Amino acid sequence: MSKPYYEFKPYNVGRWIVWSLFALVLLGAPLVFSGNLSITMLSQMGIAIIACLSYNILLGQGGMLSFGHAVYTGLGAYMAMHALNAAADGQWPIPVSLIPLVGGVAGLFFAILFGYVTTKKAGTPFAMITLGMAELVFAMSLMFSEFFGGEAGISGNRVVGEAFMGISFGPPRQVYYLIAAYTFVCVGLMFAFTRTPLGRILNAVRDNPERVEFIGYNTQKVRYLAFMIAGFFAGIAGGLGALNFEIVTAEVVGAARSGGYLLFTFLGGATFFFGPIIGGILMVLAAVLLSELTKAWLLYLGLIFLFMVMYAPGGIASLIMMNLRVASFGKLREVWVAYLALGVTALVVLLGGGAMVEMIYHLQLDAAMGDVVKYLGMSLHPKDAGSWFGAAFVTLTGLGIFELTRRQFSAQWAEIQTEIEKEIKRRETQ
Amino acid sequence: MEFFIISMLNGVSYGLLLFLLSSGLTLIFSMMGVLNFAHASFYMLGAYIGYSVAQLVGFWPGLIVAPLVVGALGALFERLTLRRVHKFGHVPELLVTFGLSYIVLELVQLIWGRTAVEFAPPELLRGPAFTLVHHANDTLEWFWGSVDGAVCAGQGVICSPFPATRGFMMLVALLMLVSLWLLLTRTRIGLIIQAALTHPEMVESLGHNVPRVLMLVFGAGTGLAGLAGVIGGSTFVTEPNMAATVGSVIFVVVVVGGMGSLSGAFLASLLIGVIQTFAVGLDHSFVSVAQQLGMEVSDAMRENSVLKLTLSQVAPILPYLFLVLILIFRPKGLLGTREG
Repeated sequence: MSKPYYEFKPYNVGRWIVWSLFALVLLGAPLVFSGNLSITMLSQMGIAIIACLSYNILLGQGGMLSFGHAVYTGLGAYMAMHALNAAADGQWPIPVSLIPLVGGVAGLFFAILFGYVTTKKAGTPFAMITLGMAELVFAMSLMFSEFFGGEAGISGNRVVGEAFMGISFGPPRQVYYLIAAYTFVCVGLMFAFTRTPLGRILNAVRDNPERVEFIGYNTQKVRYLAFMIAGFFAGIAGGLGALNFEIVTAEVVGAARSGGYLLFTFLGGATFFFGPIIGGILMVLAAVLLSELTKAWLLYLGLIFLFMVMYAPGGIASLIMMNLRVASFGKLREVWVAYLALGVTALVVLLGGGAMVEMIYHLQLDAAMGDVVKYLGMSLHPKDAGSWFGAAFVTLTGLGIFELTRRQFSAQWAEIQTEIEKEIKRRETQ
Repeated sequence: MEFFIISMLNGVSYGLLLFLLSSGLTLIFSMMGVLNFAHASFYMLGAYIGYSVAQLVGFWPGLIVAPLVVGALGALFERLTLRRVHKFGHVPELLVTFGLSYIVLELVQLIWGRTAVEFAPPELLRGPAFTLVHHANDTLEWFWGSVDGAVCAGQGVICSPFPATRGFMMLVALLMLVSLWLLLTRTRIGLIIQAALTHPEMVESLGHNVPRVLMLVFGAGTGLAGLAGVIGGSTFVTEPNMAATVGSVIFVVVVVGGMGSLSGAFLASLLIGVIQTFAVGLDHSFVSVAQQLGMEVSDAMRENSVLKLTLSQVAPILPYLFLVLILIFRPKGLLGTREG
C-alpha cells in the first residue's frame, strides 16, 4: 500500500516547510505589527510560548499536573537578573545574549533540587506537592530580601558593554529578535525531545506507569529527568523575561503565575505539541488586551476554562485537529451552516450575559463613576430595570436557540464521525 | 508555663479548624478520588454566607444555614460539572475544581467587595473563655471568663486570656469529628458510602443510586468546609484572600497525613497547627540563640540574612518545610498506607 502523503527522501518535506514557516513568522511578525506595544507583546508571546511548552513537557507529555511551574521560570529570572547585574559591574564577563542561558541553568539546578522531592509521587499527590513547593519558594522570596529584593524586586539594565555590530539590546526590536531566536531554538529542541527515547518513555509513563515498571524502567527516574528538562526550558523563559522587562519582582514565582501557565497550556491544548504555542499567544493576549477591555476578565477566564475542561478537554489544538480531520474527508461543508448558527447564537448569549456582568461590576466597583455603563458602543443603565430586562431577555433567547442548534449540531457531528470511521475502514480493506 | 498552655490550646484549636477543612477534603478524595482544589473556596464561601446570614438573623442561625447552603452549592457543582468530566479521568476533575476556584474568588469579590468584611463573633463568644493569672510568687491561677482589671495590674502579675471563639472552634470541631466517625462506621448510610467506594457496581445492583451517594458525599464535604468557614471567618478575618492562605496548608495536611487517611489528616492538622502557633510566638533566631549560649557573635554573622531570621518570621514556611521533610523520609505520609 502506498503512503497517503508525499515523502521525498531523505528529507521530510512537510517538516521543513512547517519549520521554515515558523521561522518566517518569527522574523516577519515585528514588520507587520510594528507598533511599540505590539513589539513588546510579541516578545512576551515568545517567552510565554517557551514557558508553556516547557510546562507541557510535564502536563501533556508526562501527565504531571504541576501547580508550581513559576518557581522555575521565576528563579531562572532572578538568577539571570543577578548575572546581568554582575556583568554590568564587570565582575563576570558574560555577553547579554547568553544571559537567558544562565536562567536556564538556574532553572535546571532548582529542578534537580526540588524535583527530587516533588517527583517522588505522581498524579494527584504530585499536584499538591508542587503547590506546597511553590508556596515555600514564594514565602521565602519575601523573607530573603538580599536575593529577592523584597517587595520592590531587583532591576537591571540590559545595555551592557560595547555594542556588537550595532546590537546593544537597547531597542525593544533587538530584544525581540533575541527572544525570537531563543524561541525558535527552544521550540525545536523541545520538539526534538518528544522524539527521543526518553520522550517516548515519558509518554508511556503518562499512559501506563505499571507497564513501564514491568519492562524495567524506573518511572520515578523518568519523571525526574523530564522535570529537569522542563525546568531548564522554564529557566530560559524566565531569563528572557528578565531581559525583556529589566525588572524581576516576587510575583514571578507566585501562585497566580503558575496557575496562568496551567490554564493557558490547557486552553491551548496539552495533547498536541503545538497546543501550548497557541496557549502562550492567548496568555499574552488575555493578560494585555482582555484585562484592558473588561474588569471581569478573570471571571470570564475561569468560565471559559471550566467550559473547555467540560466540553473540549483537548483544548483548542484538538478542536483544530478534529476539524482538520473532518475537512480532510471533505465533510466540513456539511457543518459550516451549523457552525455559523452556533457562533451567532453563542455571540448573542455572550452579549447578553456580558452586559449583565458588566452592569454588576459597575454597581459593585465604580458606582461613583456615574449611572451609565459603556458596553460595546451601547450605553446601559444598571439602575434601570429596563437594561436588566433587555440583557436577560437577550441572554435567555440566545441560550434557547443555542441549545436547539447545539442539539442539531451534535447529532450531525456524530453522524459525520461515523461516516468517517466507515470511510477509513473502507480504505483499509481496499 | 502560661505561654505554653495558651499557645498549646491556640495551636490545637487552629489544628482542629484545619482538620474540619481537611476532613472534608479527605472525605471527598477517599470516596471519589477527586482532589477538590476549590475546597478552600468553599471555606471562603461559608465565611461570607455566614456573614450575610448573621447580618440578617444573627450568628447562630448563620452557623446552621451557611454550611447547608455551601453543601447544596457543592452538591450542585458536582451534579453539573464534576459528573460530566468523570469519564475523562482525575486530572480534568482536578482542573474543573481549579477553574471553579477562580470563579468563586471573582464572584465573592463581586458580591462582598474586595476588602475585608467585619464578621464579628456573637456577644456570647466575644470575651475570653478563661484567664490564666501568673502571680508574682510564681503560682498559676485559673479563672473562668475574664478577670478583674485590678488583679492584673499588680506588680509581676501576668494575665493570659484564652478567647472563647477558640474554645468554641475546638468544641465544634470535636463534635463534628465524633459525629462523622459515628456516621461512617456505625450507621447504614456510612455502610453504603464505604461500600460505594470499593464496590460501586455491587452497590448499584443492590438498588442504591451510587452517583447520588457521591453527590451527597461531595455536598457533605463542602458543607464541612462551609462550617469551618463560618467559624474561621468569625475568629480570624473574612477577606477575599482567606482561601489562598488556608488552601495550600490543607493540601500540606492531607499529604503529610497520608492521602485519603482521616486519622492521618487529624494528626497532621494538629501537628501543623501546634508547630505554627508556637513558631509565631517565639522570637529566637540563630544569632540570639548563639548569644544566649554565650558564643561570640561577629558582625558578619549578625548581618547574615539566614542567621538573623527569627522563628516567627519563618513561621509561614514551616508547614511546607514539614512537607518536604516528610516526603524525603516517609513518602507515604504519617499514617498513609500507599506509596507512590
